[in-house]
Amino acid sequence: MSDLWSLFLRAGFAENMPLSLFLGLCTFLALSKRPATAMGLGVAMIGVMGVTVPLNQVVYDGLLAPGAWAWAGMPDLDLSYLALIAFIGVIAATVQLLEMVLDRYFPAIHAAFGVFLPLLTVQCAILAGSLFMVERRYSLPEAAVFGLGSGTGFALAVVLLSALRTRLAYADLPAGLRGLGITFLLTGLMSLGFASFALMAAP
Amino acid sequence: MPARASLWTTLTAPLLRENPVTLQILGICSALAVTTTLATALTMAASLTVVVTLAAGIISLIRRHIPDTIRLIVQIVIIASLVIVIDQVLQAWFYDISRALSVFVGLITTNCLVLGRTEAFARHNPPGPAMVDALGNALGYSLVLVVIGTLRELLGKGELMGHAVLPLADQGGWFTPLSLMLLAPSGFFLLGGLVWAIRSWRPEQAEAPEFGPMPQKGPAE
Repeated sequence: MSDLWSLFLRAGFAENMPLSLFLGLCTFLALSKRPATAMGLGVAMIGVMGVTVPLNQVVYDGLLAPGAWAWAGMPDLDLSYLALIAFIGVIAATVQLLEMVLDRYFPAIHAAFGVFLPLLTVQCAILAGSLFMVERRYSLPEAAVFGLGSGTGFALAVVLLSALRTRLAYADLPAGLRGLGITFLLTGLMSLGFASFALMAAP
Repeated sequence: MPARASLWTTLTAPLLRENPVTLQILGICSALAVTTTLATALTMAASLTVVVTLAAGIISLIRRHIPDTIRLIVQIVIIASLVIVIDQVLQAWFYDISRALSVFVGLITTNCLVLGRTEAFARHNPPGPAMVDALGNALGYSLVLVVIGTLRELLGKGELMGHAVLPLADQGGWFTPLSLMLLAPSGFFLLGGLVWAIRSWRPEQAEAPEFGPMPQKGPAE
């Protein structure tokens, strides 16, 4: 149990997706202007990553990994090069399904997500979660915890950044630094902070 | 057929004036993650150039046959197939670099730059201009990657492409490596500085202030 907890902490803090691994930066920067939108994006990320990473683990282990077809008499079949297309398909389908379910049963939540939900199909952090899962050979419970942890880390970082940017909206910055430039510097400073999590040993 | 001059503009505009990374905020993830050394930055730039140019060409060829509702899925599948080919080529011939790039080659699939160009340009234009536009954007992206990769490797290790350039202090030289340059935050700082430099040089790219000071009240009437 404590292993899973430390995996959760590592995925959320020490290996924070946007701040330490530079993943999902496009949405991270584009949707962090207001805390409200950042909150919606964060919740969507937790949901989608928590579902797709374990789902992709099942797909990979059951269909694509070397030797997965041994029961059918094909022990040498190695389909792992198809992982990319399979993962993208699963992610796109999950996002679409999630959108339909939310729209049908929880219209209030669906309205809160707005346009971000379909955009998550092409979010690098989500695909990267699944690719890391393969590279590090996580089991199913580990994959689920890893997905939830990464999503939580992303949500935390994007809400923090949006809060900082709201405070800076009134600052008198040099013209060239306004908007994108200062956001990069802010993200860099936050990333310095998160880098120190990597040096902290879990008790 | 568009004139030669407009093709030339399509090719060169994304280099500095409409750079995909610093102005359009596209493809930043990989631009920062793979730039710890110049060699990985160059490999990434080359892979992305091939993928985005071919993807734009293919999608532009079949643009009249893609139903609008499922176009995102079709585009992603085409891009993912190209990326798988590149990934296999890298693993076969450049195994070390492929290990260093880790999952980031696979992530070209979801690089916003590729989908952004196919969605915004290739879908409405014939293959020729579409490929030129894609190539221009890929070159603009590569330019940013090479600049940041060079700075990070030079200042972080005193090397370029693995060859020592600046004599290191612990080997009798004068240069002390800045190990911060090899960590994540420096990527953000360098890119932020680059954006600042480009926008100071070309002020028309600067963003309008969101909130200004209150307009001064005129003298009481």
